[in-house]
Amino acid sequence: MTSARNRELLALVPVALLLTAGFAAVFSQENDQLDNLSLIYGAYFLAICLATHIYLRIRLPNADPYLFPLVATLTTFGLVMIYRIDETLARDQANWFVLGLILFALTIQLLRDYEVLERYRYTIAIAGLAVLLAPRLPGIGQQVNGAYLGVKVGPIAFQPAEFTKLAIIVFLASYLREHREVLIVGARRVLGVTLPPLKHFGPLLVVWGASMFMLVFIRDLGSSLMFFAAFLALLYVATGRFSFVVIGMLMFLLGAWFFASTVPHVHERVDIWLHPYEEPENAGYQILQSIFAQADGGLFGKGFGQALITVPGTDNALLPAAQTDTIYALIVNEVGLFGACGVVLVYLLIAARGFKIALLASDGFSKLLAVGLTSVFAIQAFVIIGGVTRVIPLTGVTLPFISYGGSSIVANFVLLALLLLISDRARREAVEPPGRMAAMGAAA
Amino acid sequence: MNRQIVKLFAFVVVLFGILVGFTSYWSVFDAEALKEKDANKRPLLEQQQIPRGRILTADGVLIAKSVAKGRGSAKRYVRRYPEGALFGHPIGYSFVKYGDSEFEQFHNEELVGEGSEFSSIVDELLGERQEGNDIVTNIDSEAQRVALSDLESAGFGAVVAIEPSTGAVKVMASNAPFDPNRVPYEYSKLATNKIETPLLNRATQGLYPPGSTFKVVTAAAGLDSGAITPETAIDAPGSLEVEGTPLENDFGEDFFGATLDTALTNSVNTWFGQLGQQLGNDTLFEYMERFGFNAKPAIDLPEDQVRSSGVYSEEHLLTAKDPVDLARLAIGQERLLATPLQMAQVAAAVANGGKLMKPQIWKRVIDPDGRTIDTMDPSVYSEAISEETAAELTTAMEGVVNEGTGTNAAISGVPVAGKTGTAETPGNLACGGGVDENQAWFIGFAPADDPQIAIAASVECTEQFGNDVAAPIFADVAETILNGE
Repeated sequence: MTSARNRELLALVPVALLLTAGFAAVFSQENDQLDNLSLIYGAYFLAICLATHIYLRIRLPNADPYLFPLVATLTTFGLVMIYRIDETLARDQANWFVLGLILFALTIQLLRDYEVLERYRYTIAIAGLAVLLAPRLPGIGQQVNGAYLGVKVGPIAFQPAEFTKLAIIVFLASYLREHREVLIVGARRVLGVTLPPLKHFGPLLVVWGASMFMLVFIRDLGSSLMFFAAFLALLYVATGRFSFVVIGMLMFLLGAWFFASTVPHVHERVDIWLHPYEEPENAGYQILQSIFAQADGGLFGKGFGQALITVPGTDNALLPAAQTDTIYALIVNEVGLFGACGVVLVYLLIAARGFKIALLASDGFSKLLAVGLTSVFAIQAFVIIGGVTRVIPLTGVTLPFISYGGSSIVANFVLLALLLLISDRARREAVEPPGRMAAMGAAA
Repeated sequence: MNRQIVKLFAFVVVLFGILVGFTSYWSVFDAEALKEKDANKRPLLEQQQIPRGRILTADGVLIAKSVAKGRGSAKRYVRRYPEGALFGHPIGYSFVKYGDSEFEQFHNEELVGEGSEFSSIVDELLGERQEGNDIVTNIDSEAQRVALSDLESAGFGAVVAIEPSTGAVKVMASNAPFDPNRVPYEYSKLATNKIETPLLNRATQGLYPPGSTFKVVTAAAGLDSGAITPETAIDAPGSLEVEGTPLENDFGEDFFGATLDTALTNSVNTWFGQLGQQLGNDTLFEYMERFGFNAKPAIDLPEDQVRSSGVYSEEHLLTAKDPVDLARLAIGQERLLATPLQMAQVAAAVANGGKLMKPQIWKRVIDPDGRTIDTMDPSVYSEAISEETAAELTTAMEGVVNEGTGTNAAISGVPVAGKTGTAETPGNLACGGGVDENQAWFIGFAPADDPQIAIAASVECTEQFGNDVAAPIFADVAETILNGE
């Protein structure tokens, strides 16, 4: 199925062009002249993409041809935006991009038979939750804006939530694959509402507990929302019971409401969301400036490198956390509503490809894993873009593949690798006659 | 499970649709409102990176310019006003932290060189940096200087001078003045000074009882509506009972069988009071509106920084339907309040053969390459009165200056037409609450036979009369303008 890889190669061409054009625009803005350095950056990036493409050609010849170019588009776009904010940040980001691709390759290399994950699902889940606690540990934990999101061990800093999200999805996919039948069959109708059987629902309550725990202990509203939404998506796909989703949502809202009124940090986040104009210079500053930056973008934006990020002549942020939380506002400011819609569309296309993979996959675990990974990715994009546009409270979640941040890039490349692994198998089975498959299986 | 997956994807599409919806709302539909928010400094900060255009007087004096500060991406432009307080009104100021006001605010788009969305995209593609346009105003720097220094010795108040044939505003001075250069350093001091209110442009926002200057409007209504002719004689006793209170002439003097000339020259209250009653609400209000009352002046200043003149009940403007004391309204009392700009418009309309032109401060917009891209086009606000009425009124107003209450407005060798006004404002807190405080006025134009300039001068808190404090300012300013041409 080399035509898939040929399509992938073709799709990478516009990515390289976008990158070169983007860097050229930023260069000309900053130095009032075109520098051939922008071409070197473009060529360098294209070379890495080509290497990845050749690797996929050898390792996963049947995998979805559009996912990698779509992700490369986002990464490219993110690199240009970050380069435009700060050159040194862009260098870090480029390094993480390479590191992300190395982990991407390693994942593909080591997890060709990804069912092995099922065997270790409890280990993976516990490790994932344990690492979440790390930011509260003295010495290595870091508090940012009242939330405990980061860990710093020596020179290496990372955000555990990005990795925990993978662990939780793997666990849920595996657990639901095994118990979906009993969850459906064992369900009873009580007062007209279909309730899940309590016995098999225990471990799922643990997930709810974990989300609430994150809210209270880590104070991370964004990640908590992201995990729980992905969980509900998986539960719905696995059981087909919409009532479970409603019950889950009610439980989350109840918990969130309770903690919003008791945990100050969560309460404050919600308050700022509802009444940003009460303290425009303090609490409401970030969300208001983010919206003002968008208002300034209009339909077509101000152009690459044109947005004001700090108050001129000072270091005071005009758009706080422009390289991470509010990068979407910067995008709207510089490339306008049209550009931002383009970015949202790329996320939607990635989600579409992800769900397509889930549809094609033949076994339950593959299906649920693909659904979980795709959902958590799409929801993460929704949580942060929604935060910046005031659909929901603004929280410190990264915009996948665009925001500055090593953990986010690396974790999402692992996510991509898993999706491509599932895709490769699903499409190979769809093309090749089962007989040959069986023979191959026997040979293996 | 496939059915659920498709439904889940549909849900994701909806979620992302919401994102697109909100982004559209902030970036396009609500964008203009967001740019107006006080908390939003972004538009001003961005404008600060553009060299804002200069503002000049008609005779080439630099009123405002932008100077560069910092280098590279920290480079920004700060406004400087070389003449200090002289043009504080009506030019105003423009600073990032304190926003902008008056002329700077009204002409912001031209000054920052903002074009259409499309042209700015073209500029971006061509790599052209935005640059502001210069604006040349109609202001006569010498006359402005004379007006402000005269006012500073006379008291708080304002002077407005308009070219009758075009509406060009040549002088707009307001005392207390302010130096726009000081705004970034002492804004709160300037803004909270309740006595001097230096940031208030009294020419456009000072609402004063116009007193006898309003008799020009009453006379115009009488002549133009055909209620009277210059020959109509009215018996005007020294005192007349109106609505239970006596209306009196100065010194209780009787004027039996007086015509308009006599009545205006001697500012006979009972004569105009009777005329007002004869005209009735509808006619008097109609002529007031023709002269610009009961509406925001059509001048190039922000709407929230100009005030309508008219009969006020609290903050609310009365109309012809409301019951008013016509006799007292006819002599500029009742609850009538007018800005100096409004009274200058009355003089200008009479001077221009009855045609009231829209007052305009700006004259020309010049782009960074030196090309004139826009020029003020004189336009008619209203045909207030006929040419004949205007001529008859001019004759009567000449009598005021030649032999009546306004002799101090005379300029040697130049015929002057005008009208004084002295409204008693006892207990005015702005004046310290004294009982003998007056609002002194003079409105008029010169030369009477070929009007080049129409002026209103108004002084608050004086114990003197219009002829003593306001008429000399008129003469000084008019002479300066006429000599300058």
